[in-house]
Amino acid sequence: MGRLSWATWLYIAAIAGAAAAIFARPPAHGFPLGYWVICGTLAVLFLICDSTPTLLGERQAAWSPSSAATLAAVVLLGRNGAIGAAMVGSVAVFSVRRFVPIAERLFNGAMYAVGGYAAGTTFTLLGGRPFLHLYPVSAVLTGQTPPHVLLGANASLKPFAAAAAVQVIVNHGLLWGMLRVDRHSRAAAKQATPGWSTPLLLASDLGLAALGLIIAAVWTVLGPLSTAVVLVPLFVARWAMGQFAEQQKAHAATLRALCQAVETKDFYTRGHSERVSRGSGMIARQIGMRADRAEAVRFAGMLHDVGKLGVPTRVLQKEGGLTEEEYAAIQLHPMRGLEIVREIGFLNEALTGIMHHHERMDGRGYPMGFAGHEIPEFARIIAVADAFDSMTSTRAYRKAKPFGDAIAELRRGAGTQFDPRIVDAFIAALRQDGWVLQEPAEPRGHEVLTWKDHDDPVAPLRVAESI
Amino acid sequence: MTGRSAEQRWQAWQTVDTGRLVLLSAASLLIVVALTRVGVDHHVAIIRLPIAFGLYIAFGELLRLALPGGREAAPIAMSAALSYAMVLQVPVTSRQSGLTALVNPETPPLQIVLVAAIGMTLGSLPHIAAGRRAGATGMAARLVAVAIVAFAFRPLAGHLTTSPWLAFAVMFVLAMTGWLIETIISAIIRADDLRAKYSVTLTDELGVQWRLGLAVAVSAIIAVFGVEVMGVAVLAVFAGPLLVIQLAFRRYAGIRATYLQTVRALAQVTEVGGYVETGHSRRVSRLALAIGRELGMPEPDLLDLEYAALMHDIGQLSLAEPVPGGATLLVAPDDARRIAEYGAEVIRQTGVLDTVAELVRCQWLPASGGPAAPPLGSRVIRAANAFDDLVSGSPDRDRTATAIERLRLAAGTEYDPVVVAALAAVTDRLPITRL
Repeated sequence: MGRLSWATWLYIAAIAGAAAAIFARPPAHGFPLGYWVICGTLAVLFLICDSTPTLLGERQAAWSPSSAATLAAVVLLGRNGAIGAAMVGSVAVFSVRRFVPIAERLFNGAMYAVGGYAAGTTFTLLGGRPFLHLYPVSAVLTGQTPPHVLLGANASLKPFAAAAAVQVIVNHGLLWGMLRVDRHSRAAAKQATPGWSTPLLLASDLGLAALGLIIAAVWTVLGPLSTAVVLVPLFVARWAMGQFAEQQKAHAATLRALCQAVETKDFYTRGHSERVSRGSGMIARQIGMRADRAEAVRFAGMLHDVGKLGVPTRVLQKEGGLTEEEYAAIQLHPMRGLEIVREIGFLNEALTGIMHHHERMDGRGYPMGFAGHEIPEFARIIAVADAFDSMTSTRAYRKAKPFGDAIAELRRGAGTQFDPRIVDAFIAALRQDGWVLQEPAEPRGHEVLTWKDHDDPVAPLRVAESI
Repeated sequence: MTGRSAEQRWQAWQTVDTGRLVLLSAASLLIVVALTRVGVDHHVAIIRLPIAFGLYIAFGELLRLALPGGREAAPIAMSAALSYAMVLQVPVTSRQSGLTALVNPETPPLQIVLVAAIGMTLGSLPHIAAGRRAGATGMAARLVAVAIVAFAFRPLAGHLTTSPWLAFAVMFVLAMTGWLIETIISAIIRADDLRAKYSVTLTDELGVQWRLGLAVAVSAIIAVFGVEVMGVAVLAVFAGPLLVIQLAFRRYAGIRATYLQTVRALAQVTEVGGYVETGHSRRVSRLALAIGRELGMPEPDLLDLEYAALMHDIGQLSLAEPVPGGATLLVAPDDARRIAEYGAEVIRQTGVLDTVAELVRCQWLPASGGPAAPPLGSRVIRAANAFDDLVSGSPDRDRTATAIERLRLAAGTEYDPVVVAALAAVTDRLPITRL
């Protein structure tokens, strides 16, 4: 979390104070030893679940399956459920995850305690009948269920659903507040791995609420050891999510490596794809693009020039003007790029970005000559990042331009070549996040130098005057 | 993908697919017997039970899960059917007294078979309507497995109600057995489809599925106890964890597929750049896969082989000008070595594909044996690459035969004789355009 502002500390302190107030009051209905056993076991379960954040991406703790343990306490402990759930939730302070700063531990513990207390209170107020009251405490602890007893667990379903909803709302609400107050965690949340869309999150919330009920139900039959049974599916899910994350990283790394391989042919454009990808991502974040689209635009930025490989090397290395044919060969590269990556299913919208990244707002670009908002948004984004990186990189025919000049050039082109909104967003993002420059290096003797940069808005390619 | 399924259909007609035939007949027989016996001998005591479980099974069949390697599983349907087979007690409220008591439903095993069959059929209807495969084989495998579990468990159910942990142990063993039966059946069918060895497909299948199987079995048991405590009405709740697992697996399978697509697509840069002939990488990778399968390579190795074969020419990007015709067969050993090493370097950059990089690095080495022999994958790629350079995708039988002959002459020095034999077997069985 880095250094925290006083507002953030105040916020955390307020929630921690609320949690402390919960614990300050003695439980009204007594707290026998059996309850301690339940709370202790569930607290262990909570910590185990908490240490498996990969289940739903590391984004936010509110979605970790540990909240199922607090919900289970609500159902198992009845009128003491509120305080029990708060106790279970507060162990988040002792999270075994590494590198969790003290402030975050404090916040998580307090958040889960408050959320659990709210859920427990809701359950009791709505007349939920705790599972424990169905059997003697001793029966529950030993796992001995009398064969013919009165049952009423299904009558508690609606109160339980309400309790789960309250817990989800409270946890998300407190977290949302944290993101409002604290700039660092906001930035972290923005950069966190995207990909969990709202329906998926809703489904996982439902699944976790169900898990709370399941823990409680199996407990009434198998006793405390039931938690071990419940953990099996959780660990399988965790394994699959871990594999997913691993494959996702491997995929991105492979994509990057292959793009680098393509551009090593040209000494001066090394790292270009990577930087354009980053720049496109910065713009996407600045204009508030949805996380999955922002990811797609980063991929598009990475791949935008992959078709350049189809341009014969001698055209790029030629000094002086180009023939019509050579110019046409260069203009074809977005289409060649599209040809290569068309079959990559997930790119979808990113394909439009690759194909149209050389269109101009005034309609004089290529390959289609689209104008204004006919140009797909992805392409308008990539165009700006692409031109900026070209201008701020050294070329065989000129030195790198200083930032100020390049920005002025973007401003000059706004409206004719670039989308003004995107240019503004890029400049704002640049102020915020900075820019990683091309590594300054002089070409060694054997490097093949190109004398053309088709991306350079200051020195556009020209067809030589007819000879 | 349509080409592939067409090819699979074609293969299915070419070889008499006994495994699938036996399986489907067994499942049909079960259903027919169940249809004739159930309803005559028994009346359904607790009607909510079959209805709820039938719907649960249908729901699970609707949400089938595509796994890496073109597999299809229905973990929720399997788990639902297993719980139905193993229900111990359900709460039943008496009309007169209003009291609730736990009752052993004493469901006859054939009724379980029938309900599972109906549920699966219902769940597969939307798939058929949407033009996807009906998945009859998978459903038949599940049905047979569930039937065996049901027949084994129902007589025991009455003895297990008083000791939950004993019940848990018995159910766990039986549920895992059920899962194992389903897996063995799918491995046999898969071996038939891919013309791979049974032992290899079984190991692959167990490796891919054991975690899912564990989750399916445990979830089934959890649902059994859940029904006992809360009644059949809340059955949907117990799909929760399995849904989360399914989401996770779906995303995992999705990214695996995307990864493969990306490598396939980007391997074409050498073609667009004019370094190699169009379609070369794709053809070499298909051929290498077929050879690898013929040699009985396990699935993880096959995946590495496929990646390596797709990217085996990526090192050509280091050449200033393309090799004429792109035929690496004619390149001087020094150049071949440089291309291989640069390619391996590029792939190593990913930080995750070290095995693949090694396969690419060793692809130029002659397979003359000895301690420094290149890995099997490299030898396969070397042979497949040379073959494609000679034939370049032409389906002409004479040209294929000539190329094989040429590789045979150099077998033992340049190429691995075993690999060449497998290549000959593969190309003999199928024209190379069908690989």
